[in-house]
Amino acid sequence: MMMRRLWITLTYIVVSLLLLLPLYKIFTGAWADGLSGFMDALLRAQSLHALKMTGLIVIIVTVINTLFGVMLSIYLVRATWLSPLVKRLSNSIVDLPFAVSPVIGGLMIVLLLGPNTVLGTMLGNVGVSIVYALPGMVLATLFVTFPIMVREVMPVLQEIGDQQEQAASTLGAYSWYTFWKVTWPNIRFAVMYGVVLTVARSLGEFGAVLVVSGNIINKTQTATTLVYQDVENFNVVAANGIALVLAAFSIMLLLLMEWTKKRKEVH
Amino acid sequence: MNSLFRSQKWSYSFRTIVFIYFIGLIIIPIIGIYTQSFSSGITSFIDNLSDPLAWKAVLLTLKLAAIATLINTAIGTMIGWVLVRYEFPGKRMINSVIDLPFALPTAVAGFIILLLVGPSSLFYEWFGIDVVFHEPAIVLAMVFVTFPFVIRGLQPLLEELDKSEEEAAYTLGSSKSRTFFQIILPTMLPGILSGAMLAFSRAIAEFGAVVLISGNIPGKTLVASVYIFGEIESNNPQGAAAVSVLLLTISFLILWFIHKLNRGGQA
Repeated sequence: MMMRRLWITLTYIVVSLLLLLPLYKIFTGAWADGLSGFMDALLRAQSLHALKMTGLIVIIVTVINTLFGVMLSIYLVRATWLSPLVKRLSNSIVDLPFAVSPVIGGLMIVLLLGPNTVLGTMLGNVGVSIVYALPGMVLATLFVTFPIMVREVMPVLQEIGDQQEQAASTLGAYSWYTFWKVTWPNIRFAVMYGVVLTVARSLGEFGAVLVVSGNIINKTQTATTLVYQDVENFNVVAANGIALVLAAFSIMLLLLMEWTKKRKEVH
Repeated sequence: MNSLFRSQKWSYSFRTIVFIYFIGLIIIPIIGIYTQSFSSGITSFIDNLSDPLAWKAVLLTLKLAAIATLINTAIGTMIGWVLVRYEFPGKRMINSVIDLPFALPTAVAGFIILLLVGPSSLFYEWFGIDVVFHEPAIVLAMVFVTFPFVIRGLQPLLEELDKSEEEAAYTLGSSKSRTFFQIILPTMLPGILSGAMLAFSRAIAEFGAVVLISGNIPGKTLVASVYIFGEIESNNPQGAAAVSVLLLTISFLILWFIHKLNRGGQA
């Protein structure tokens, strides 16, 4: 019983110091110059623009990543037109972005599509710029978030098996109809959980976006890269204002994660 | 709608689009960075890596990531154990707050560490220890960012552990410590190991949390991801690509090992 007390106390200490104290700090630090300091930091033109950019990226990335993630998961689990070898190989490749440092993810896009490359020049000639512009930032974030949805949906598809789906198609249901009526109800909470994780990751993405965007103020700056720039300029209160907004979103997402996780486990 | 999705042509074009997306977004950039770093021959690749700043950055990263992983393995095992085995007030709150580092943007995490232990913090006033811009701050950032991995790897295994095995061991007269080392630890080990390796690969890739607090002194507190960022900024993509390839190869090997470990656990 002594040991048990000790372990629980230690757990409380670690969690308080490592997780709760930082949260407390971020929520109090933003008010160091009072409410007006916080509002000034938030209502700067570059803050509003940065938050808008982040919002835009989150929406685009979440939509694309969800669509492709769910479809790829279905193919990798169900498709009969893929050989088992291709499935196994693709399954391993899906995880690779988890192992890639965000900075390297950004570098890859610069190397392939940057202004000095063949593809970049070609696209530049028709007036499309990828690097140092929104498309590149979206691409970078898509790369980083790619495995999330697949990793949530694939295990559920494997677990439920394809009996129900086969029954539906034997009874004459079309594949689209089978998907909505049979597959979707089973995977929807896994998809929702994946969406929450994708939003969290794309909201917080920093390294890849910093490299690809060039962090141009009022143009390609996002909320996280603005925090970085404010700190570099020793504008701590302003950085804290933006950080507080980001942290508040993170906590909302954390609560959502908790809520969907519970639903996901109930079958 | 149904007649649209019934046709084979649609189904084929969906497959093609999903796989082109997969190959274009994930596979081509990774191949691209490997070819880019070898594009001027092996010798220039080795030249880039034998820059003392480059290999010192990589070694420093590996060392600090290993320390952070060890710390996380110890406290993660303890917290995972406490959260599965004991009932106590506040348990659910702690369990949900564990995922905070996954939801919080890493740049915000770095910023909070700067506030908490930086030059103008209470911590510095009280203890007078320089943490920020030194190695301990980098370890702290890595510990924070990779905190959930070991706990989340361990929990499902502990929950599944058959209590009857443990009770059988006690009934047969085995001591508490012997039961722990012969029954419980072997069950926990795969979870701890794969959690620790995920934490390690995440730690060596970490950028956002580290860049703000490491001071980035070349040869002393400059980690690999920040080195890569610096090379990109100073327009040396070749050097950046060479270090990236080294880092990527290490991460891929770890990932491959985790895959093997997980498959071994299922068989």
